[in-house]
Amino acid sequence: MAKTKKFSRRSPFAAALVVLAGLLISGGGYAVATAAVTETTTATADQATIDQGKKLFLANCASCHGKNAEGTANAPTLIGVGAAAVDFQVGSGRMPMQASGPQAEVKPVQFKQEDIDAMAAYVASLAPGPEVPTEAYLSQKGDLTHGGELFRINCAMCHNAVGAGGALTQGKYAPSLRNTSAKHIYEAMVTGPQNMPVFSNTNLSVEDKTDIITYIQYVQDNPSVGGEELGNLGPVVEGLFVWIGMLGGIVLITIWLGAKSN
Amino acid sequence: MAKNSKDLEVHSTEEHEYETGLAVITADKAGDPGIEPHRVRMTDKSPKHEKAAVRQVAALFLVSIVGSVFSIWAYYAFPFDEANAGSLRLNTLFLGLGITLGLFGIGIGAVHWAKTLMPDAEVSEERHQTRGSEEVRARAIEIIQLADQESGFSRRKLIRRTLYGALALFPIPAIVLFTDLGPNPKDSLRHTMWGEGKKRLARDPDGTPIKAADVQIGSVFHVIPEGLEKLEAPHMLNEKAKAAVLLVRLDPSEIKTQKQRDWGYEGIVAYSKICTHVGCPVALYEQHTHHLLCPCHQSTFDLANDCAVVFGPASRPLPQLKIEVDAEGYLVAPGDFEEPVGPSFWERKA
Repeated sequence: MAKTKKFSRRSPFAAALVVLAGLLISGGGYAVATAAVTETTTATADQATIDQGKKLFLANCASCHGKNAEGTANAPTLIGVGAAAVDFQVGSGRMPMQASGPQAEVKPVQFKQEDIDAMAAYVASLAPGPEVPTEAYLSQKGDLTHGGELFRINCAMCHNAVGAGGALTQGKYAPSLRNTSAKHIYEAMVTGPQNMPVFSNTNLSVEDKTDIITYIQYVQDNPSVGGEELGNLGPVVEGLFVWIGMLGGIVLITIWLGAKSN
Repeated sequence: MAKNSKDLEVHSTEEHEYETGLAVITADKAGDPGIEPHRVRMTDKSPKHEKAAVRQVAALFLVSIVGSVFSIWAYYAFPFDEANAGSLRLNTLFLGLGITLGLFGIGIGAVHWAKTLMPDAEVSEERHQTRGSEEVRARAIEIIQLADQESGFSRRKLIRRTLYGALALFPIPAIVLFTDLGPNPKDSLRHTMWGEGKKRLARDPDGTPIKAADVQIGSVFHVIPEGLEKLEAPHMLNEKAKAAVLLVRLDPSEIKTQKQRDWGYEGIVAYSKICTHVGCPVALYEQHTHHLLCPCHQSTFDLANDCAVVFGPASRPLPQLKIEVDAEGYLVAPGDFEEPVGPSFWERKA
């Protein structure tokens, strides 16, 4: 109790201490607040990257998507599609589109990843949209069984029960997922590329998405239990194999049975 | 040609003549070639080839022995380990391969044996007439008449008629028993779980309810009635097969009919997922064309036009489920579909 005498309110250091404490609280609070903001918008790209992205956009995308990404008669607007859509479409080689058709085909990727990131940053700067997922979303440590069930309910009707892909109407198709990366699967779910519906986080939560990715990766990495997969396309291919391959063999044996020995 | 078809030729065989009608019958140019001349086999000519054939047959039987033993060995050498599903592949592959060799060796060996070593003289067997001789036919009629006389079948009308009656009624108990083969579906085809009262729309399979704000334009939800996930297994699947619903949000300006707009909520519309053709789940939704494709027979429905059929064998649009929003913002269905869901059935009107 005797110590209080040393640091009383009258002490010449008191004013300095109060000022210091005030500075610490306001500065710390500001730092926390800005940290919270950066977390929700994850790594807002710096202006230089956005400018670089805009240059690339004007040179490679604007002829169809419009000078301000407002869309034209040939291509939709990119305002609000988010960085994830750019990363998916350009990163999987679908964009820039080679020729118009029922849907954009996969082809060799045309840009370096840093250029893709720059274009993604530019498109993301136009309006908020789905972001490129961080590594944490792509861990394959989800619930495999639950992921399989969600996949069969939400995805398998188009993409096939093991992700082999399938046909849609008028030349459109759901692509095979046998070689698709976890990042692209996640981006496709949140952006709904081409005619695929959107599976936003209010529909399938982030955990659900991780479960689904876990399931697809499991199917990609493990051989089929049932033996030769024949493209995993189901009864049509299997039937064709049996009718042509097996029945052909039976016909040959029958010819041998009926032939006279030399 | 015209000339030929006008002449109704009369062909005759040794026994009887017949008209060919309009059929054009050409003379059989090839004729009966008879049995081709016997060709002596190598195995009959040279003892060296005969020995080789014996060894081949024995080798095929040995292959069979090896295959059978191999399959027994493989069964234990590649056990099915429940923790590793891939182990089943090796187990069935080698087991099947061994059994195949076991059977195939016996079969091919036996045929090879018969073809190369057993006698190969050609033999022709004459076909005999189907019709019996006159004596046999007369005797058969005699026996039947005698049986009729002795039993009094034609004479005793009372016995004959009661027997007819007994025979006619005899299968009827079996038909009555058939009615026990399954429960009568009664009107269960006309109602779904949505009719049991106001129910929230919930996500399949977790059963979490869906808020109107959760459903964005372009997204699609696979929906079950809330509480369905808690039902017991067989009953649950029966209910799910009828009540499954697809929930989509469209831009309200794209919706073509007023009824569809009224039964939805700000562009959110719910339709039965059960195809009206043969009941497959219709769930291949295309975001931009608003086409809903059935994977079984390619029936295509236009979601922006009250799910009208635009392609394929389905004959009716998918039934729409009327939805509202409750006080907490969750989507609810006030009642059942207004018509039976799924494929047509006998008693369904149109």
